[in-house]
Amino acid sequence: MADVDDAGWAGRSMARVVAPARPRKLAKVPFVELAEGRLQGVVSSGSDVGRVYVSSITANTHAYHCSTNNNRPCGGLGGAPCKHLQTLANEAVLQYGLERVARYLRVEPDASTNTGAELLHGLNARHEPSSAAVVFSRFLRYLSYLEVPGSTTPLPELHWFPSTRVAS
Amino acid sequence: MRGTQIAALTAGHPAGLTDALNLVEGLDAALTRGLARVGDEDAAALAGLAGALATTPLANLVAEAVDKIIAGSGAHEYVAALAGARSAVFGAVHDALLGQVDVAFERSRAPWAPVPPAAPDEVSPAAPGEMSPALAGARAWLSEVAVTGWRGVNHELVAGAGSAVEAALAVPELRRLAVLLDGLAAELRACVPVARMPQLPQRRWADLWSRGVLLAQETAAGDTALSVAERVSGRLLPLAVDVHEHDTAVQFQVHALLEPAGGGPPRLVRTAVGAAKVDSIVGPALWRLLPAQSVLLAALAQRRGVLVSDVPIRGADVYWQDDRARLDEPVDPFAAARVLLPGALAAAPHPVDRHPAGIAEPVLIEGYAVSAQEGGLTVELDGHRLAVAVDRLPSCGPLTPELVAASTACLGLLRWDAGQWLLQPVAVQATVKRKIVAVHTGDWACGVTDAKAAKADAKAGDAVLVLRERAGRLLRR
Repeated sequence: MADVDDAGWAGRSMARVVAPARPRKLAKVPFVELAEGRLQGVVSSGSDVGRVYVSSITANTHAYHCSTNNNRPCGGLGGAPCKHLQTLANEAVLQYGLERVARYLRVEPDASTNTGAELLHGLNARHEPSSAAVVFSRFLRYLSYLEVPGSTTPLPELHWFPSTRVAS
Repeated sequence: MRGTQIAALTAGHPAGLTDALNLVEGLDAALTRGLARVGDEDAAALAGLAGALATTPLANLVAEAVDKIIAGSGAHEYVAALAGARSAVFGAVHDALLGQVDVAFERSRAPWAPVPPAAPDEVSPAAPGEMSPALAGARAWLSEVAVTGWRGVNHELVAGAGSAVEAALAVPELRRLAVLLDGLAAELRACVPVARMPQLPQRRWADLWSRGVLLAQETAAGDTALSVAERVSGRLLPLAVDVHEHDTAVQFQVHALLEPAGGGPPRLVRTAVGAAKVDSIVGPALWRLLPAQSVLLAALAQRRGVLVSDVPIRGADVYWQDDRARLDEPVDPFAAARVLLPGALAAAPHPVDRHPAGIAEPVLIEGYAVSAQEGGLTVELDGHRLAVAVDRLPSCGPLTPELVAASTACLGLLRWDAGQWLLQPVAVQATVKRKIVAVHTGDWACGVTDAKAAKADAKAGDAVLVLRERAGRLLRR
């Protein structure tokens, strides 16, 4: 929402509302999103290629959880966010930028905060088990976009969504 | 493009433009506050809109809808009438603006040729009298949004779009609706709680909302069905590619000149190919989503013409069929535009698509000066200025603001937004290290050709490949 103070913004059809995701490597964290009131996503297991962890932190309560997609709790949850949650937060900051992640989690990062893990460290977060199923099914739905066939019919509505270079 | 042509566009607005935009602004403010309880100010705005349409075929429909909505009804038929009224006003604005272009450039334009209504089973995926569940879901969500107002949008309301998008995405005929709803919902999701935003993009959201409502009516898709298209053969000379993307969709729209096989003046046409994607697929990786369009991609990357045979065309839209296309001789798009664009025959869009945001008229401009001001670029020719839409340079190509600033010739698309004409560069000739180079948005269609950018692309890894691997492992279970 960089242009939000611009007086003409409200009257522009092409107002840019969401900055495009910044490129990042996807191997460790194939999926991260700010949705449903949570920072949530899926972290690949470091040891087993067939296993993923589902990690989330709620925006307004800062309750967090991490488990396998089969709901086995992560062993790293010892009173503080585990390394999966830290990795997730780091990748969220890479993808969305610190400002947007902080705003979503309703925190004001201080000047020394640069990474997602540092942002988590500054929270008064607490552990609260939640179901992995909701997040995992969103991930599967996300992946299913790659199965949607391409189109050769014009989509005129996409003129409202010009591709833009990531602001450097 | 000559300085006098810029002057013809920028000297003044078409008659009635300000009044039309004021009508829209009143409705947009009402949609921001929501239609659940219409206050005096919004009631006056809605009545004004109805009054403006009093001499049109929509008169009774809109007048009744406004009465019912002010009285507290949020029924879809009334909400839809408002979307129709807003679209009609913008349709008139579109026509006036495009008329301005056609006069300035002496561009001839074929009117849209309506076709007789198709049989009902070709128009809608549902049987007559029975609305498809996907349309019903989209309508319900769009109505709820209008009744709630942008200010009231919360996580629950945004989440409600999910099932509507999913249902629409499963029906190929409803791809437009699905892509639109997904794009709008993603913006709302990023802005929740909307009530805390200092300012809202209310023009934009109302644009998307009203187009969505139109596309959610049963008859929306019928007139563009392939079965009614004429067919053409000939040589296609690509001028430029315009790239559109949001989190889950990308579209490459190629503007081209078509020399019909049977002779006659060249036609100014477009062809679009697209793919579904996810938000983390960005930059040059976007091209890799189109493995089935290899002829088109090669034509862009190698700047070559294409021979097409017996492909469908509706208005200016050529429906791309890669197996009916083969590569032809190299073509310099600048030379093609210089020689053929002035006499090319343009075509009007489908009536539903008449909105200023859809205006993208190819132009060639040479011998200008570029100046940077207020964070943007402006081109100046014979003392007449035109702002450059630098925020429309795509992430997947080599064209940068720096190249535009160093350029002396530009192929661009004329755009209009918020009362202003803009030049969207799609190719430039610029002096780099004392050599003249031509840079086009489609140069990387078959892979990144710049060493530094290729390295960055390789470092980021192949997003499509990584996600497909994950999908392969996890979706099988």
